[in-house]
Order: sequence, then C-alpha cells, then structure tokens
Amino acid sequence: MTTTTLDERVGSTRLADRLVVRPEIGALLGAVVVFAFFSITADQFLSGDGVATWLDDASTLGIMAVAVSLLMIGGEFDLSAGVMTASTALVTAILATQAGWNVWLALLASLVFALGVGAFNGWLVMRTGLPSFIVTLGTFLALQGLNLGVTRLVTGTVQVSGMRAADGYASSGFVFASTVEIGGTKFQISILWWIGFAAVAAWLLVRTRFGNWIFAVGGSPVSSRAVGVPVKRTKILLFMTTALAGWLVGSINILRFASVQANQGIGLELQFIIAAVVGGCLLTGGFGSAIGAAIGALIFGMARQGIVFARWDSDWFMLFLGVMLLAAVLVNNTFRRRAERVRR
Amino acid sequence: MTSNRSGRLSLVAAAAALLLAACTGPAAEDPSSGSGQEVPAETGPFRIAVISHGTAGDAFWNVVKNGAEDAGRALGVPVEYNSDGDPGNQAKLIDNAVAQRVGGLVVSMQNPEAVRPSIEGAVRAGIPVVTINSGEEQSAAYGALTHIGQSEGIAGEQAGRKFKEAGKTKLLCVIHEAGNIGQNQRCDGAARGFGSAERLQVDISNPTDVQARIRGAVQTDPSIDAVLTLNSQVAANAVNAVKQVQSQAQVATFDLNADVVSAIKTGDVLFAVDQQQYEQGYLPIVFLKLYRDNRNVVGGGRPVLTGPDLVDKSTVDQIGAYVERGTR
Repeated sequence: MTTTTLDERVGSTRLADRLVVRPEIGALLGAVVVFAFFSITADQFLSGDGVATWLDDASTLGIMAVAVSLLMIGGEFDLSAGVMTASTALVTAILATQAGWNVWLALLASLVFALGVGAFNGWLVMRTGLPSFIVTLGTFLALQGLNLGVTRLVTGTVQVSGMRAADGYASSGFVFASTVEIGGTKFQISILWWIGFAAVAAWLLVRTRFGNWIFAVGGSPVSSRAVGVPVKRTKILLFMTTALAGWLVGSINILRFASVQANQGIGLELQFIIAAVVGGCLLTGGFGSAIGAAIGALIFGMARQGIVFARWDSDWFMLFLGVMLLAAVLVNNTFRRRAERVRR
Repeated sequence: MTSNRSGRLSLVAAAAALLLAACTGPAAEDPSSGSGQEVPAETGPFRIAVISHGTAGDAFWNVVKNGAEDAGRALGVPVEYNSDGDPGNQAKLIDNAVAQRVGGLVVSMQNPEAVRPSIEGAVRAGIPVVTINSGEEQSAAYGALTHIGQSEGIAGEQAGRKFKEAGKTKLLCVIHEAGNIGQNQRCDGAARGFGSAERLQVDISNPTDVQARIRGAVQTDPSIDAVLTLNSQVAANAVNAVKQVQSQAQVATFDLNADVVSAIKTGDVLFAVDQQQYEQGYLPIVFLKLYRDNRNVVGGGRPVLTGPDLVDKSTVDQIGAYVERGTR
C-alpha cells in the first residue's frame, strides 16, 4: 500500500524520507510490533480461528475509525458515532420485528435516518459555528435517550430481538453477516466490508478533489473558503459519512447478533477516535490517513484479543490496553515530527 | 505520473477482487441449523474459560470469579475468567475461547440471541458449554449441557411478596442500568408479587445522582413505603436517601455486600435477595469436570437454581462472615 499510495507532491526522493512522511507509518510499525509480540507470547494467536477472531474484532471498529478519520482530517469530531451504531440497529430491528417490514426495507429506512442525523449534525455545526464536540455531544445524548425511550415504548423491554424470523433476513444476512471460509476457517464478512471501506476512503482521500477539500477544510477553513473550496458541503458530507459508517456497523451487528440492546454503543465513540489517532490523525485536523485508521483498529483488535489469547488475568486488561495504545501513539508522534522535518 | 496511474489501477484491482470475494465466498448461515457434526475437542490439558457479561470491577461478578477460581484450584483445573458488558464483544471473547480449543466453556447470557452463534460454534467444535446467571430459557436450545442461575422473575416475585407480607402498600423499584433486561424482569416480578410497582431509573455510575433521585421520589410521594433496589451499592444510597427525608419507606435489595449486611443488622435494610452467585462460578467448573471425567449431566439438563435465598435479620449473622470473605 505504501508504494501505491505514495504522495507524489513530496519532493524528496529517498525512500526512507518518502516513507517517513506517511501518516500511517507509525501505526504500521506499531501493528507489526503488536503482531510479533502476540505471535510469540500467545499459542493460538496465529491459528486460523485466532486470526479470524482478532480480525473480526478489528473490523467493525475499523469501519468506524476510517470514517471518523476522514471527519477528523476535516477538522471535526462526531461523539454521536458510537450511539449511532445502536440507533440504526434499533430502527432496523423495530421496523423489521415490530412493524413486520422486510429487512431490506427496514435497512433502507435506517439508512435514511442515519444520513438525516449526519446531515443535521453537519448543518448545525456549520450553521451555528459551535464546536462539533458540543453539537454532537448533544445528538449523542439525544440519541441515547431516544434509543431507550422508543425501544421501551414499542417493545415494553429494553432489547429488540427476533430478527432471525423477519422477512428478508437470509438475503440481508448474506450481505452483512455471513462468513467466508478460507482454509477451513470462517471469517466474518465484516472484515471484507472493513477492507473495502478503508480502500474507498483512502482512494477518496488521496486521489480525488473531494480528498483535497477534506485536507483543506481541516487545515484552514478560512483560506480554503477563499480559494473556492465548498467548506459547508464538504463538512456536511463528512458528518454524513460517519453516519453512513454507523449505519453499516449497526446493520452488521443487528444481522449478526439478531438482537440489539438500547444501551449499546455508548462509549465506543472514544475508541473510534483512539484508533484514528493511533493511525496518525491529528486531533487538530488537516493531517491523517484512512489506511492509518484502519491499521489503528487492527492494533486495537490484536491487542484486545491477544491479551485473552495470552491468558493474562483480565483484571489488568485495561492497563495493558492503555500502555499499548500510549506506546503506539508515542511512536506515531515521533515519526510525525520526523516527517515534518523532512518536509521542510 | 505513471506510478500514480498504476497505483489507481492496483487499487481498482484490489477493490474488484474484494467484490468478487464478497460475491462468491460467503454463504448465509442457516439460522435454523442447530448443532452439526460433532468434532471431538483436542486432547491436552483441560482448561475452562468463563466468559461473563459483567463489567470489570463489578462486585457481584467478582464473587462469581472467586467461585470459579476456587473450584478450579480445588479440582486442579486451570480457569480463565474474561468479561465484557457489550454482547457483541462478549461473543468475540467466546469465539476467542473456541479458537483456543478450551476444554469447557461457561457463559452468562444477558443477551442470548447475540451470543447464540458463538455458543453454537463452541458446541459444534465439541466444547461442552454450561450457561450461568441469565438465559435459562435459551440454554438447552443452544446446545448447552445445563444452566445454573436464578430466575429473575421468580426472585423479583418473592421480594415483592415478602414486602407485602411486611404490610407495605406502595412499592418503588429502582433500575440502575437502563438497558439491562434482567433488571426489568426483576421489577416485573416484584410487581407481580406485590400487586404493582413504580419504577425509577438511576445511573449506577453516579452515586450522587442515585441518592438524589431516590430522595426526590420518596419525598414527592410520601405514600411510598417500600423501596426495592437491585444492587447492593444502590441499596446503601437508598438507605441514605430515605433517612435524609425521614421517610417511613423501608429498603430491600438484591445482592449482598458488607454494607448491606450491617444495614440488615441495624434494621435499615429489611432483607436482601441473594442469588448466591458464588455457586454460579463454582458449580459449572464441577459440572464440566464431571462431564469430562465421567460424562455426568446434572439434572438431565434442566436448569439448576442457585437462588433466591432471602437474607434477613435472622440469618444475617452467619452469612455476613462469608460476604467479607468474598464468597457470598
């Protein structure tokens, strides 16, 4: 990937220098280190089932991290992204199991709902000029309340289940929640969605005019407006992209697990941001990479499942995870500083 | 610019390959298919994985963990405990244990449908599964050996009835985790046993909020004379709240801890519904060991109930010591 997506705008020709300016190089190295570490310390980490497990863990996180990375490069945050994965799943599940809709139709309705919320987030941020942190915090809380309130109102309980019996479950399950067998091991199809989503986002970011706009609005909205970049449209589209990713992950979850709880997804928004930051995105915007975010999610998945494979006492779980993530970010940071020197 | 074009081409090629793979590769799993062919588990050291839905640091699940580890030590079986409150993540932990080819699996099913494919995958791989805590109705259908737990509805009903026997007239049931289905079943049960019950939603991660909201509830409705909490920490908050406004309401709770024990002794808490979750950690290890060594199945696969055991002033003295030890 490094050779194919190499940024030709960089003047230097030395390979090391060319590599070092890539935002994702730190994450890539971190991933290699984490991978090597658990390959050595945990027996089953490299077995077929083992690989399928940590790739599975990384996949849904990765889809969200990629979308969030685009938004972060565009200079904004979306705190409603975690809850969105539950909201979309709830909309789909309630329409399919309670209203008796075909699953495909329900999926379409929840997609419209998601894009609407995304557009609303973007529109409100642009309209009010408030930090997206605050605006999306508001939608986060509102969605959380809606999830609980509506679910309880409609079903009388706090979880919606019974998707397996709904019309169109088999065909939609095939698309979102089936498994691919490779060499006797079953891999979740969400892994393919993740790779595909990351590839499209990376292409969008480094090969299209829209990608340039994203970097521009994140780097300096004022000067990008001055040179004719449609700041408003770009940012609204970015918020809609995270909402779209939220819908995709919500759909994958509801069709795979066939039930959804009203309090699902809360707190995940931070994990998305962490994965994006590990992948080389700046919290201040204007710099980062979609591939890096996908790798950030991979590190997360490998560490989270690797700790279990290594049979460490789960009491220390979060400590290990925290230290590992800090290390990844620090490595990343060092590389970025080096990259900035090379650039000058 | 040639590198640019080849880069784009290779990306397109990669995307196309992905699409092809996505189109031809997978097959939707037949939702009705139960256990397929039985593949015997790999022989080797007998390890048991316990995977619960409790969050890290939860006092209740700590007792379950102690039970499982004590049983493991007593029987010489290595036991690993992992947990995640998110049903999807819990399913991934089960897949992880299956990938490790553990000798036995103990799973709590707060959200049975979500962990169903993973549990069925374990059964298909020839790993014996015992479900604990919640998910009694689905346990056998998913292929588990047996279920060990308490029926939340029955436990709630008994609590409601006990309040009624104590002559109470209006019951408030405090739910501390909005999305927890077991808590809703307890309150439903309490409403059945008592006649009716009002619900109050609080957030357990914020004790100040818990106390303030319970205080508000008993203050605005002085006719409330019974408060049922579903967690020992919430019980302590409820006792404080009731005292602050000098309400006549009496508190009872699910689950024991040291505070609840002393509160029962002083009469601040009327009784506690103890589901004896230590058994939910201990027994499955014994059952799985017996199954492996002797192919024993307890109770013909019917659920084994660990509770409820109602702890009040008459029994609290003996049980209090075990709470301190971390086994009640």
